[in-house]
Formats: sequence, C-alpha cells, structure tokens
Amino acid sequence: MTTDVDLPTAVSQKFPSATPRASLDCPAFNVPGADAVALLQFLRDVQGFDFLMDLTAIDWSAEKSPRFTVVWHLYSSTKHSYVRLAADCANDVDPVMPTSVGIWAGADWHERECYDMFGIKFAGHPDLRRILMWDGYPHFPLRKEFPLAGLPTTLPDAEIGAETGTGVISAPMAGGPFVATPGEPMGEAEPRAKDEAWNERTPKPE
Amino acid sequence: MATDFSFPDAAAKAAALPKEFEPEKMSLSMGPSHPSTHGVLRIQFELDGEVVTKADPVIGYLHRGDEKIAENMTYNQFVPYTDRLDYIAPLANNMAYAIAVERLAKLEVPARCQAIRVLTAEMARVSSHLMGLGAFGIDVGAWSVFMYTFEEREKLYKLFEELTGARFTTSYSRIGGLSRDVPEGWIQRVDAFCDQFLPILDEILSMLTRNKIFLDRTVGIGVISREDAIAYGMSGPNLRGSGVAMDLRKDKPYSGYEQYEFDVPVGGKGDCYDRYLCRGEEMKQSIRIIRQIVKNFPGGDWYAKDARKIFAPPKDKILTSMEELINNFMIVTEGPQMPSGEVYFEAENPKGVLGFYIVSKGGGVPYRMKIRSPSFCNLSILPKLCVGNMVSDVVSILGSLDFVMGECDR
Repeated sequence: MTTDVDLPTAVSQKFPSATPRASLDCPAFNVPGADAVALLQFLRDVQGFDFLMDLTAIDWSAEKSPRFTVVWHLYSSTKHSYVRLAADCANDVDPVMPTSVGIWAGADWHERECYDMFGIKFAGHPDLRRILMWDGYPHFPLRKEFPLAGLPTTLPDAEIGAETGTGVISAPMAGGPFVATPGEPMGEAEPRAKDEAWNERTPKPE
Repeated sequence: MATDFSFPDAAAKAAALPKEFEPEKMSLSMGPSHPSTHGVLRIQFELDGEVVTKADPVIGYLHRGDEKIAENMTYNQFVPYTDRLDYIAPLANNMAYAIAVERLAKLEVPARCQAIRVLTAEMARVSSHLMGLGAFGIDVGAWSVFMYTFEEREKLYKLFEELTGARFTTSYSRIGGLSRDVPEGWIQRVDAFCDQFLPILDEILSMLTRNKIFLDRTVGIGVISREDAIAYGMSGPNLRGSGVAMDLRKDKPYSGYEQYEFDVPVGGKGDCYDRYLCRGEEMKQSIRIIRQIVKNFPGGDWYAKDARKIFAPPKDKILTSMEELINNFMIVTEGPQMPSGEVYFEAENPKGVLGFYIVSKGGGVPYRMKIRSPSFCNLSILPKLCVGNMVSDVVSILGSLDFVMGECDR
C-alpha cells in the first residue's frame, strides 16, 4: 500500500504541527486541537479518507495532564486503509474540542456520545445533548474516577422520584469476576469492586 | 344533520377549513416499546398530519456501559459481553473481538481456527439476515415470511447449540483460539443445512421480491443517497444498498477471507427495497462461502499453540502438568498478557462494520476499549431520513435498516 509510505510525509508537509503517533496498525498522528478539523478536512478531501469510522476519547486519569485525548479513525474506501488522528484537549477541567460535524454529518452522534461519556464539549456542535444517558444526568460515566457500579442519582423524572421515594442506585458488584493482583487478598482484588468502598468481605457502608 | 359528502377526501376537507382551524403540529412518541422499533428505540416525532416534519431518535434505553465494563475485566472475560452487542449474530461479534485483541498481541491463529471463525460468522450472517427479513416482512404486513425465516434460523441455532453449547449467547471465541473444536460430523450437518436451505431461501425471497404490497411499501421509500450514506458513516447492507461497494471482507480481508470467492451485492437506488435485495443476495453469498469452507476444511490446530501466555492450555494438560496448571491459573486470574499500544480493528458484521479500538498499557486488562457499533451509525441518519415521510413509511425504513439496540446502546 503506497499510502502508508507517503501519507506521513504529505501530512507533515501540510501540517508541521502534526507529529507521528505510536501505533500498532495504521498510520497515526498527534495534532493540536486547533488544527484537528483542518487536518481532517485535508485527509478527507485530498487524501481520500471518505469515512469517519469512529470518534472517541481516552481519559488518562485525573493525575495526568493533558487528561483527555480525542481520537478519530478514518477509512478510505478507495485506498482501503485507515488513519488515526489524536488531539489532546488543552483544558483538563473543562475540555473543549472543535467539532467535525461540518465535515461528516455522522460526527453528530459520535460527538454527542463523547460529550455524554467524558464531558468533552465540541465547540460549534449544533445540538450537543446527552445521547445514551438521560438529560440532566450529573456524571460522565467513562471518566476514570467514575465507579463501575455507578453512583446513586435521582430518577430522570423528578415527579416519579418524589412519588415513589426511590432513585437510581449503584449496581451490587459483589461476587463478580475477578483478577488477582499479586500480594492482594482476592476478595479485595476484584476489579469490578476496586472502585467500590464495599465488596463481599467488607459490608456496604450505610 | 346530514353528512357532507362534497369533499372528496379528508385531506381536501382539512385544507378547506376556515383559518381558525389551522391544524397545529402534533408531537408523537414512537417507542421505546413499539413492535416496529425492534427493541427499545424511541423516536420523538413532530407530525404535520401524517407527515413527519421532525424526528429525534432517543436511544440509550439498553445502555449497559460495556466500554466501562471492559476496562474492569480481562480480555477473555469480556467475550460474553460481545455476545450481547448484536445479539442476533453473537458469533460474528465473538470473532471481531478476538481478532481485535489478537492484532494487539500480534498473534496469528492457525488456518483451522480462521476457517471455523469465518464459517460461524457467515452462519451468523445468514441467521441475522433471516431475522432481519422476517421482521421487515412483519413491519410491512407480510407475516408468513417470518414463519419461514424463523424455521430456518432455528435450524442454524441447533447447529450453534451443538457447536458452542448455547443457542444465543455463544461466547465461542477466545483470545488466540476458540472455546472448543468443532464436534464430530458437525461440518457435514452444516453442509446438509446449506443443501436444503437454498431452495427455501428462494421461496422466502419470492414471497417478497415481486409482492405488490411489499413493493408499494418499499420501492422509492427512505432513499439514502450515496453521499449521505458515506457522510453518516453507514455500513453493511445499508451502505451497499446505496451503491457503495464497500465490504471489508473484500477490501481489507481478515481471518482468511481472501481465500474465498464471493460477490458483494450493491443496490442502485438506496431505497428500502434495495437494502432488502442486498440482504437476500448476501445470504446466498454467505452460503457460497460456507460451501467453500466445508469443501476444504483445514486440519491441524484450532488454537495458537505458541501463545502460552494468552491461550489457556487444554484441560488434560492442566490436570497432568504443574507448569500448565500454573500457566492456566495465571491466564484465568491475570488475563492474557498483552503488549502496550493501541489498535483499531473492524470486521464486516451482518449489521455493518463492528469496530474495536483497544488502548492497552500492557497486562491482562484493556485501559480503554471503544466499540464502534454499526447500528449506532446507521441510526444516526434517522433525523434526516424520516423527515417528509409518512409515519407508516418510517416503519418500513426502520425495518429496512435492520438495527439491533443492544449494539447501538452498548
């Protein structure tokens, strides 16, 4: 495939700010968030990557800075090859990334999901609402500090919540599959319970 | 009061109403439990009479947080969760996931393993399309098609049960291999299924292909242009129905698809009928692939023998050798050991392109796993596609898109 050879050169000539990114499969680039949309446009219009296959983000945990990286996967139906693009969000507390809805209409739902799960705002997105969780849900579930079992919240419909006196509760995780980390008692090493203050050995705090 | 017959129809009567009776737009919520939404899709419509002026799909009713769950368990433990993505074709999901992780480990599985995976994935494609066609038939009022397709699907499920021990949630693949080899005589029974299936498939398709009612409900309805299909990242029969000949089995072959001869059916117009035709033809092509595998079924190993830290050794070795027992214990408790790095792999599943993006920091648990689900992308065109159609046409459109909410919501 010729594209794998000349794509990095073409990208680096046009966008000096884009640097190669470590990857086990397709060519990949790191790009500053400000140049991301221009590079995506270039890859689609000039390099023939006509499909936006996937748009997602990685949370490198609260201790790291930059914390959030947005990742695009493009596919070319003519060259039959992929390219990966990654851009770090400059602000760790209130991450923002320019939108690519203008290039691919399909980016709309991907960006909404990304906002829903990570809280990354896509500047210029026409309708940035939650998509998988309900409107008014207070957390961003795919952030690393969010526990697997979930956090107790109120029901989406406040009236039903007030009437029934119930809310959304965390999932009981005790007894799930486990991975033992050497040196830890197995009951405390359950990854599904790692985020929890309680498991089958230590009772649930009231 | 005498009935007024002077207006030819209700629409003309409504149009002739005095100004103060100007009809207002109506809001209608279709789903999440509606027979034609195939699961828990809900669409919030704004209607002008019977015509959709705005459609807002509300998804997430089946959101289980599969990506979060994946970050908290080993690679093999996630296999059962892939069953529940596109639960109509779990074997295809199993294969896509296993290959994605094997790409990360730079692991090649033997030819027999590849052939079994392709065989099961194509059987899953047939069963998925049978379900899709049957449900599409019901949506537009053709009940009998469903009866025929379900009988055939049941035969496939018997074969799945014999192979994997489960009809629905197969969990068949493992990282670096399979959960077990094919049973004695199973390949011949697959062949026998193909023999009797092709005439029945023709019968099923003949019930719809020239059916006047079906044609009226589907031809020219829900036309997706080539440009739109690409812009919305559609895939699978929905994309090919719009005339884009993109099939990853041909374009970027994986698991040995390059050895098999098959054609990629492509639609001309991109309406509901074209998508139906693509699915019908794809089943025939799948049977063609299955026939080729059955004819030249490779022998040898069915799992990667050299991958000692990834694929657990066979049970008889575990029970007789101390090293294998330790090895098995480490794989089960700590997970298959992966290098650090990131991979993105996509497989051509029945519903479209299923992708896994895995970010690994080494060890047995992924740091981040993103599931690119075809149904999610295919449904994202709905706000554009529904507008201007009648509500009853939306039912046709949903049937023709053949989505699964388990995969859309993850």
